[in-house]
Amino acid sequence: MKYTMLLCLSLFFSLFTVLSQAQTKETFEVQKIAPGLYFHFGHHELPNRENHGGIANIGFVVGKSCVAVLDSGGNPQQGLVLKNTIEKITDVPICYVINSHVHPDHVFGNRSFKGKGVQFIGHKNLARALQLRSAFYLQRSEEQLGVKLTPQDIVLPDIMVADSLTLDLGGRLLTVTAHGSAHTDNDLSVLDKSSQTLWLSDLLFVEHLPVIDGSLKGWLKELKELSLLKVKRVVPGHGPVMGDWPAALKPQVDYLTMLLKEVRSMIKQGKFIEQAIVEAGQTAAGRWALFDAFHKKNVTLVFAELEWED
Amino acid sequence: MKMVRVIISFWVLLFVNVVSAGVDDTVWQNELKAQFFAGRSISEAENIIAIEAPYRAEDAALVPIRITSKINQTNDKYIKRITLIVDKNPIPFAAEFNFTPLSGKADVAMRIRVNSYSYVRAIAEMNDGQLIMVKKFVKASGGCSAPIGADLDAAMKRLGRMKFKLPSTAQSNEPNLAQLLISHPNITGMQMDQVTRIIRPAYYVEKVKVTFDGQPVLTAKTDIAISADPNFRFYFVPQSAGDLHAEVSDTDGKTFSQTYRVEP
Ligand SMILES: [Zn+2]
Repeated sequence: MKYTMLLCLSLFFSLFTVLSQAQTKETFEVQKIAPGLYFHFGHHELPNRENHGGIANIGFVVGKSCVAVLDSGGNPQQGLVLKNTIEKITDVPICYVINSHVHPDHVFGNRSFKGKGVQFIGHKNLARALQLRSAFYLQRSEEQLGVKLTPQDIVLPDIMVADSLTLDLGGRLLTVTAHGSAHTDNDLSVLDKSSQTLWLSDLLFVEHLPVIDGSLKGWLKELKELSLLKVKRVVPGHGPVMGDWPAALKPQVDYLTMLLKEVRSMIKQGKFIEQAIVEAGQTAAGRWALFDAFHKKNVTLVFAELEWED
Repeated sequence: MKMVRVIISFWVLLFVNVVSAGVDDTVWQNELKAQFFAGRSISEAENIIAIEAPYRAEDAALVPIRITSKINQTNDKYIKRITLIVDKNPIPFAAEFNFTPLSGKADVAMRIRVNSYSYVRAIAEMNDGQLIMVKKFVKASGGCSAPIGADLDAAMKRLGRMKFKLPSTAQSNEPNLAQLLISHPNITGMQMDQVTRIIRPAYYVEKVKVTFDGQPVLTAKTDIAISADPNFRFYFVPQSAGDLHAEVSDTDGKTFSQTYRVEP
């Protein structure tokens, strides 16, 4: 009798907790960078078991009839919090989730947006990149992020962009552009015409060391074209929103160009990759956050790319 | 009692830390050793070969590994084979390199994929059958890095392109360093091509044969742990002018070849 009573009580309380959680859905801070355009700032950290991979800038655009999500976050929970935040700000339904590229901090909130009426948009190479990498990302998710990701977390795009695509959010047009191999081989940028804002995601790094996971030469080429656009502001994948375009691009272009020159000349001198990894580009240390975490990886990739030049 | 529990949990924590960091030999001891060297004894010693690997893999897809020999290849005593194994990779066997006295030095450098915190071990087999092992622990890289080539389309476009890189002058009758670059995507299997909806099996370079004037210098059996665009450095001994020739075949049965004229 006593136990039944206790059981009932505890059931009651757990039910109560569930209900109260449902009523106060977790949200996070977002900044309004233009009317109907919001972003959540990602801190310059490596993905780890404390931040669970929620380290990138993510955001959303609100039109009259549709909301488009700009990257879903680094884990399902962050995706859910982003969704809650959107629903708190507007009643307009979410129609699109745009995945700027394959990296975990940009796509692993996807699962929380799955549902009727929501379409996922990615570069034509995104599905392939997810297929190639996801087994590895899932396998290490628990150890690295403290979150057990499952195949449910791999959401392949419904709409694949080969060139460019215009989305009508209702009185608001977004141009989604697929780029050649740059930060990765599946990068998208998004131009919000009404606010003249260019959402570059990881095509632009500010303060945080640019990370090469595609092609150095390709990236420099894409940046040259992007620099010609007339926009009021750009949003990087990591770092603050920048107003001065294309001047905001300079530190990144300088770093990438320096890498190109130094590694190219080391290859010409007959130096090996082991030596380049240790020596190349070290003068840039101190100018960037997370230099030690990513610079040697960059040199590795650049060396492997440039040794096929001649 | 409470004290005892504190001590125990401390030890449990310590143990868990060591295991999660993966500095352990268990996969080798329990499985791999029997799988690759059943019934044979292997000594761990530094007097025949050494292995160089970065302590932290900066890029999981491309970790430079260098094996250097400490003896010269002579007809009486030489290193016949070096086997490279990455304990914690899905496919631990990375490569097997076969040398001859004509190799001069049984040195070999290459780039591999390291999926997880793991030992990378090289086992040398002498011409008399003796086995000697060296190993290095490699910490896997974190973050967005994945053991996959970054630019697949570029690799496919270059597929089969090969080149030799040698110092401008060659020395006759002594070991000369050569580098062989092979453009190949070396794709791991199981993924699905979204466009064609075809599940592709693994597609990688599985054989490399280098000869100098028709005589074998280096013969390798390679697996998926070798990075995209396989790259090997090794030695050969030219007695006089001749052709350094490489023949490569992949899992689809495609073959590629390249020749380089050496004039000491
Ligand atoms: Zn990224």
